[in-house]
Amino acid sequence: MEQEVRSRKALEWDLSESPVRQLNNYLHHEMAQDDVEEVRILNPDGAHHIAVGMDAPVRVEVMGNAGYYIGGMNKQAEITVHGSAGWSVAENIMSGVVRIDGYVSECAGASGHGGLVVVEKDASSRCGISMKGNDIVVGGDVGHFSAFMAQKGHLVVCGDAGDGLGDSLYEAVIYVRGEVKSLGADAQEEPMTGEDHATLAGLLERAGFDHRPEDFKRVASARKLYHWNSEHDQEY
Amino acid sequence: MTDKSDGEVTHALEENDAVTHGGQVSHLYNRDVQAWVRKAANRGIYDIRGMGAKRKVPHFDDLVFLTASASRYPLEGYREKCETRTVLGGRNAKKPLELDTPVTIAGMSFGSLSANVKEALGRGASAVGTSTTTGDGGMTDEERRSSKMLVYQCLPSRYGFNPDDLRRADAVEVVIGQGAKPGGGGMLLGQKISERVASMRTLPAGIDQRSASRHPDWTGPDDLTIKLEELREITDWELPIYVKIGATRVENDVKLAVKAGADVVVVDGMQGGTAATQDVYIEHAGIPTLAAVVQANAALEELDVKGEVQLVVSGGIRTGADVAKAIALGADAVSIGQAVLLALGCNDHVWYKDGKTPISAVEDYEKLGTKPGVCHHMQTGRCPVGITTQDPELEKRVDPEWGAKRVRNYLQVLNMEVATLARACGKSDVHHLEREDLVALTIESAAMAKVPLAGTDWIPGVTGF
Repeated sequence: MEQEVRSRKALEWDLSESPVRQLNNYLHHEMAQDDVEEVRILNPDGAHHIAVGMDAPVRVEVMGNAGYYIGGMNKQAEITVHGSAGWSVAENIMSGVVRIDGYVSECAGASGHGGLVVVEKDASSRCGISMKGNDIVVGGDVGHFSAFMAQKGHLVVCGDAGDGLGDSLYEAVIYVRGEVKSLGADAQEEPMTGEDHATLAGLLERAGFDHRPEDFKRVASARKLYHWNSEHDQEY
Repeated sequence: MTDKSDGEVTHALEENDAVTHGGQVSHLYNRDVQAWVRKAANRGIYDIRGMGAKRKVPHFDDLVFLTASASRYPLEGYREKCETRTVLGGRNAKKPLELDTPVTIAGMSFGSLSANVKEALGRGASAVGTSTTTGDGGMTDEERRSSKMLVYQCLPSRYGFNPDDLRRADAVEVVIGQGAKPGGGGMLLGQKISERVASMRTLPAGIDQRSASRHPDWTGPDDLTIKLEELREITDWELPIYVKIGATRVENDVKLAVKAGADVVVVDGMQGGTAATQDVYIEHAGIPTLAAVVQANAALEELDVKGEVQLVVSGGIRTGADVAKAIALGADAVSIGQAVLLALGCNDHVWYKDGKTPISAVEDYEKLGTKPGVCHHMQTGRCPVGITTQDPELEKRVDPEWGAKRVRNYLQVLNMEVATLARACGKSDVHHLEREDLVALTIESAAMAKVPLAGTDWIPGVTGF
């Protein structure tokens, strides 16, 4: 693995010298001409928008804490933050992987259509809100209203989940290893199936967590809000 | 409240009941209110409908122009050029939109509208050099191909929102609110969620879809600043970014949008349309477009960004006179939705087979419990003239080529009318129209528009009481 990394054409980008706008412009346009396979970003110092709009199969290593929207709308790239990240990391991710070694703030992986988001520690509220096909694996806890209106994909919580988990869920599925403080409207706990075990095992392996699928519970939509019904008027 | 489409039988009082039966008709509980209460009790769920506010509110109709005479010098109406070119989005974007007219097509989704209609809008708008806008549900290939300039909406639902379509757009519109339902999200009932619509929105086909009312990845204005920067970074600072608000606390919202970095602020008044939302929203939330444009303009003036940040106004714009008055009150451009659907045959009693032969649609209106001229049943997906539908057979009732010509003609008339009024006011550019060119016919509109009541120098709240 180490040899592989050394054999790639790598580049170091120091944000203390060249700001994010120049970085993103390089990543979007000039990087392809340089045939770069890995970019190490030094001195992020909480900057927003690092490596947003990526559309290339490259590795991006952010060497420290980062701000809002890291890896936003990512396609193909494998982005790793060696620290913690702010709001809406990997929002609208389409493909590729965004991994955060530390903690993340609100709305991690929001509205993603594909790809994988891995948070090694805790994620704050609304993790996976509005997700549309991406997968999110959180090593620790998630805050309230996580997976709100989530449409497709999987949210895996290896710790505990806060209030209102899965409120107004559509077809996304949530797996929780710890406690769920409360479920949101139309979310319900369901028995784990063999398919769930296989899906979850695959996600845990890709994320690098050594947990047993048998220790997780499944939360999904009761589908009672899919059609207008006067008995549910307070929930619309 | 008078909709009887659920088949409810009412025994309404007649006008002469008070005389013949000794009763007295209550203003508070009149026949419409009584029918509505019974319907609510019968159904157990609120009314959902399309179109915009139907109540009478102060409007551009309540203003008139003081065109040139001895004290002003008019331009020759048929010969002298009056510029209508309109540029939107030059504040931060490398590639602002350059339009040939100040009239643009508002955001309307594929899903609420058929693919044929979206194509007709694109082709018609392109023919007169203006832009169209996507809607809740993403961008279709048809509308991208047919629209020379296409504004891509970033909505709370984020249905179909993706970086590839973002990069092939000509501008981005971050939608915070809509005039028909400020504070609320959209609806698309199951009968309009076809397989294609469901696929674009990543939803099961046939469900009653409720769009979110809040964006998933930001909340307050400080976060909006960072969100706009993210969109700019992804698009390499090339595309103009609009921020659209439903008209409620207009001055504050416009200022916050400007502070957040918007190139263009779009303000949608309460007469703005929708394909489906709760009736209670449509009629009881938001302020009239007339009041909204004045407040929005005041906010831009206070921030000293007139000319730097453009103002687009929508919500009940129907005629060239409406466009001209909106511009005179401070708008740089307008957006139209309901009116351009009327141009395509919405609420008409006929549709045109192959764009030629008129076919009566009255029976199909009756099936919906309505009739031409008062239909607001966009939510049903059973549009008698084939506009707000996903039904393959109904959709054929709008021929895209015929529709494109109707849209082009209508937009052309609006542009000609604006220029006509501007020339008569002595302006060589429609953007030179100003508040001083207007007076009001009612005290309410004078107070809202902050122009004098006709024949006086009285502006309620500004000059005297």
